[in-house]
Amino acid sequence: MPKITFVQPDGSRQTVEAPQGVSVMDAARGVNVRGLRGECGGEILCSTCHCYVDDAWLERLPPRMKKEADLIDFVWEPQERSRLTCQLVLTEALDGIVVHVPAEQI
Amino acid sequence: MTRPVPLRKSPSGIGGRQTFVIVGAGQAGSQAACTLREAGFHGRIVLIGDETQGPYMRPPLSKKFLAGDFDEDRLYLRPEAFYRSSDIELMLGASVESIDASACRVHLNNGLRLGYDKLLIATGSRPCRLHVPGSDGPGIHYLKTLDDSLRLRAVIAAGKRIVVVGGGYIGLEVAATAATAGARVSVLEVGERVLGRVTTESLSSFVEKKHRERGVEIHCGSRVVSFEGGDRLRSVSCEGFETEADIALVGIGAVPNVELAQLAGLACGDGILVDAHCRTSIDNVFAAGDCTSHPSRFASHRLRLESVQNAVDQAGIAAHNMCGDERIYDRVPWFWSQQYEYKLQSAGVLEGCDEIVERGDRERGSFALLYRRAGALIAVDAVNMAGEYLAARKQIAEQTARPPEGVVPGRAGQRAA
Repeated sequence: MPKITFVQPDGSRQTVEAPQGVSVMDAARGVNVRGLRGECGGEILCSTCHCYVDDAWLERLPPRMKKEADLIDFVWEPQERSRLTCQLVLTEALDGIVVHVPAEQI
Repeated sequence: MTRPVPLRKSPSGIGGRQTFVIVGAGQAGSQAACTLREAGFHGRIVLIGDETQGPYMRPPLSKKFLAGDFDEDRLYLRPEAFYRSSDIELMLGASVESIDASACRVHLNNGLRLGYDKLLIATGSRPCRLHVPGSDGPGIHYLKTLDDSLRLRAVIAAGKRIVVVGGGYIGLEVAATAATAGARVSVLEVGERVLGRVTTESLSSFVEKKHRERGVEIHCGSRVVSFEGGDRLRSVSCEGFETEADIALVGIGAVPNVELAQLAGLACGDGILVDAHCRTSIDNVFAAGDCTSHPSRFASHRLRLESVQNAVDQAGIAAHNMCGDERIYDRVPWFWSQQYEYKLQSAGVLEGCDEIVERGDRERGSFALLYRRAGALIAVDAVNMAGEYLAARKQIAEQTARPPEGVVPGRAGQRAA
């Protein structure tokens, strides 16, 4: 099963395993990642599952859909590597992905 | 009155030998338990829920889950293993019968008495019941729990005649889900328009139009006087007309579950009265979520909100304050709904609105209504325009000062309450 590592702003790390096909946001529920709320449950409505994807993994991700991009414009401190984790679906190719949790969500 | 309990702060964390009890294992109760651990609370956490399932999300129950497009597994906020590994004692299928605040103890229906150092009441709300002749008969549904949704899902089918009583969010979401499944749907709304309690005419008319385009009949100004039938539901009667029905779904608002708090002597109004720190009128007892009535810098009056946002944010603040912090709950209220291909998102409190600006293109199903008071943005309704909505929400948070006392509530009154 693919592994995901969540890195907090203070550098602390949590790693979780989840089956392929599950979103990074849903996988995070298994360990309660601080600062990753996912309040709308993956409906691309709230942006509270926003994270920064580690540079090494960016190119392996499919591009942002329009709905996702529209929200990212307004998240707290958006960056090139900003993604909504509800839209990142785990595949074998993403085994080991590292995502950084922002210090705030709007 | 009991005195606040000072928390022991040790290098290993906060409150190592204390017990924090959370009554109610919904979105608020679950969030509070998680936040207590995040905040470094190392004592005992007991999370008590009267349903048999672990904490789960309710929004899909009237939308994708009801439609059968959302796995039950995904409803659960955390896997069971999470509670074990976080040392959160989940006590399910158990209800608290009374709180003895002077002895700092809760009494459960299973005979257990449980002492607490701090208590969080997160008992949520329940659907208002409609009391008319026949309303206890077969085929009449309410929607609050996972079990309610499963029961309703089992009977919604193509060709079935479904009468929705109440044109609020729950009713309209069920209407959309049922119409999409091919059912014949009628909505009976007592007010002059749907969503009359939570938004402006401008959005109501759009929503009504979209439902009618899908074949849903909407009857406003229609008060249900009885349900007819014997062994099964046959029709729903309003003054002057009757609508044939196989199933009825009643969604006419919710009432906060305050009885437990009232019995314990906590001050209650329309909800358990809390201050901005989520503290009740009794020391060491906090409350969060649908069951609370709380002050808000976005309104001239107290708010009682039924939303995920309110449950999650208020519970988080309550949990930090149970650990000795002094945080204030002041996030912009926000809410969402999904009906057909339309995502409706709202933020802010519609009070004293004197100007409405429309952006986007409603003919193409993507627009936003920006509500202003004295030039300042106070609220937004957006349909399939998430970016505009988020921008507005940010702006409301930055700009809104509490409206002066005596401001006339807008036609729509307070939203999502």
